Amino acid sequence: MPLSEELKARIAAEFPKYPEKRAVLLTALHFIQAECGGWVPPDTVPDLATLLGILPIDVEEVVSFYPMYHSDPVGKWHLQICTNLPCCVAGARGLAQALEERLDILSGEITPDGLFSIGESECLGSCGTAPVLQVNNEPFVENLKPADLPALLERLRARAAASGSNGSNGSGGGR
Amino acid sequence: MAFVGYLLPPEGRNWSALADYKANGGYEGAEKAVRQMKPADVLTEVKNSGLRGRGGAGFAAGMKWSFLPADGVHPRYIACNADESEPGTFKDRQILERNPHQLIEGLLIAAWANSIDAAYVYMRGEYRGAFDNLNAAVAEARAAGYLGRNILGSGLDFEIYVHRGAGAYICGEETGLMESLEGRKGQPRKRPPFPAIAGLWKRPTVINNVETMSHVPHVIRKGADWFKTIGTEKSTGSTIFGVSGQVMRPGTYELPFGTPLREIIHEYAGGLRPGRTLKAVIPGGVSMPVLTAETAMQVTMDHDTLQKNGSLLGTGAVIVFDDTSCMVRAAIVIARFFRHESCGQCTQCREGTGWLHKLMMQIEAGKARKSDLDTVDEITRQMEGKTICALSDAAAWGSGWFLRRFRPEFEAHIERGGCPLAGVSFEV
Repeated sequence: MPLSEELKARIAAEFPKYPEKRAVLLTALHFIQAECGGWVPPDTVPDLATLLGILPIDVEEVVSFYPMYHSDPVGKWHLQICTNLPCCVAGARGLAQALEERLDILSGEITPDGLFSIGESECLGSCGTAPVLQVNNEPFVENLKPADLPALLERLRARAAASGSNGSNGSGGGR
Repeated sequence: MAFVGYLLPPEGRNWSALADYKANGGYEGAEKAVRQMKPADVLTEVKNSGLRGRGGAGFAAGMKWSFLPADGVHPRYIACNADESEPGTFKDRQILERNPHQLIEGLLIAAWANSIDAAYVYMRGEYRGAFDNLNAAVAEARAAGYLGRNILGSGLDFEIYVHRGAGAYICGEETGLMESLEGRKGQPRKRPPFPAIAGLWKRPTVINNVETMSHVPHVIRKGADWFKTIGTEKSTGSTIFGVSGQVMRPGTYELPFGTPLREIIHEYAGGLRPGRTLKAVIPGGVSMPVLTAETAMQVTMDHDTLQKNGSLLGTGAVIVFDDTSCMVRAAIVIARFFRHESCGQCTQCREGTGWLHKLMMQIEAGKARKSDLDTVDEITRQMEGKTICALSDAAAWGSGWFLRRFRPEFEAHIERGGCPLAGVSFEV
């Protein structure tokens, strides 16, 4: 999937902020993920590299270095629970297990309907309201308990139904 | 509890709108700086205030600014570190979400003092709400003439750009941040040259943390002498302590440096759960050596006191453990974190972090030997002071000091063939 003209224009609009086009790479990858259902499809890489005047490998090594970029598909709702120290102390491991059981998938997997995937996250900076979960790139769900999971998942299912899609959308970077 | 902070609006309030910020003294510092003070005077005031960096290293901000070459070398930049990722730390997010203009004003004053052309605020990618909030504030500040061309008639042209990271802890390291901002993997650079001479795009660059810059408007508005009345002689002003872990009221508390840790835990954070006793406290984020309960109850929270007591202030992120917590499990989580976040450039760090994590897991599972404890100790010593950046040192301190200060508990795992607190302690 080559980059759309609209997306190319949005990326190019960032150029004037920096002395070099390459500095827009991380921002551009956030745009692409938001547009492509939460991941960076490999066939967007050559177009992006050309646009920024760098090599495809320069893009690929950045995608693989940063945990927020996914080089494989994720669910429409990618759910990440922080399992760093303050969250673990507050019960994050039990929460993560409850989420895996409820969705019947493990961390790194996607539900068969494409709606949900699970990942683990390092400290999200919400240690006073632990445990914390992030849905895609939305503001955090704080003070989350296993008992809150059914309602959270129901809300996400309802939002997916309202947007009339499942499996892929542009939710990776927006609200 | 007499101290009233100045960095955040009162509980439940938000000063993100320009009008609310201005109604509370906002931009008075910037107006004073550009209308009444020469850049050199602003620099002198910041130096005299003793303001130290709030991002972890505690370096004197004014001193850092003074390393820039004399004006005339352009362009020159500010890199503002909003990559807050040190586990236990959640204070900059409070500023970004509730008082973003204070940061903008601090950046503007720093720009005036150092003749800066543009500031890049490098914000961790997960902070979506903070990103939107700061961007909205930047737009409002620009419309009001606090950013752009000829700001307040001063002749200064200055812009702020908010730049998103993508989840790598190492990008909070100052040169890793610069590599990342330029569109590369966030692998730290060798120094020299230091950022003041060759930072972003090899140009002179000032780099400070969000909270550090947020103190600057207050230093200028109320003066260095006022600032020095708060805190201790060598740790001036207040800071936002983030308290997490096993306390009744985790959260952020802005208090003067020098506040007793006992007071922070037992008064502000509401103390421990009923019937529990204190076991350990990390005083400055997981990179900093853990303190035993006995030491923790005696220290005050300032740079010198913590250093004398075998730890460091770091980001002021206080993580509290009560007697239900297994110290080996705490060390596992810290070791796992650094293993995940090592950028891979230096052998000591890349290999050492993985080795530490594996050994900690074996100790917890009761499958280690006594000699493995010495191996842990040896590895951590080989990881210190030998790498391009301090992540390796942090990894060594973070988990290594759990072993040194709680060795009998580690030995008990080996002797019993498992965790003495199984079923009681938090899970990892």
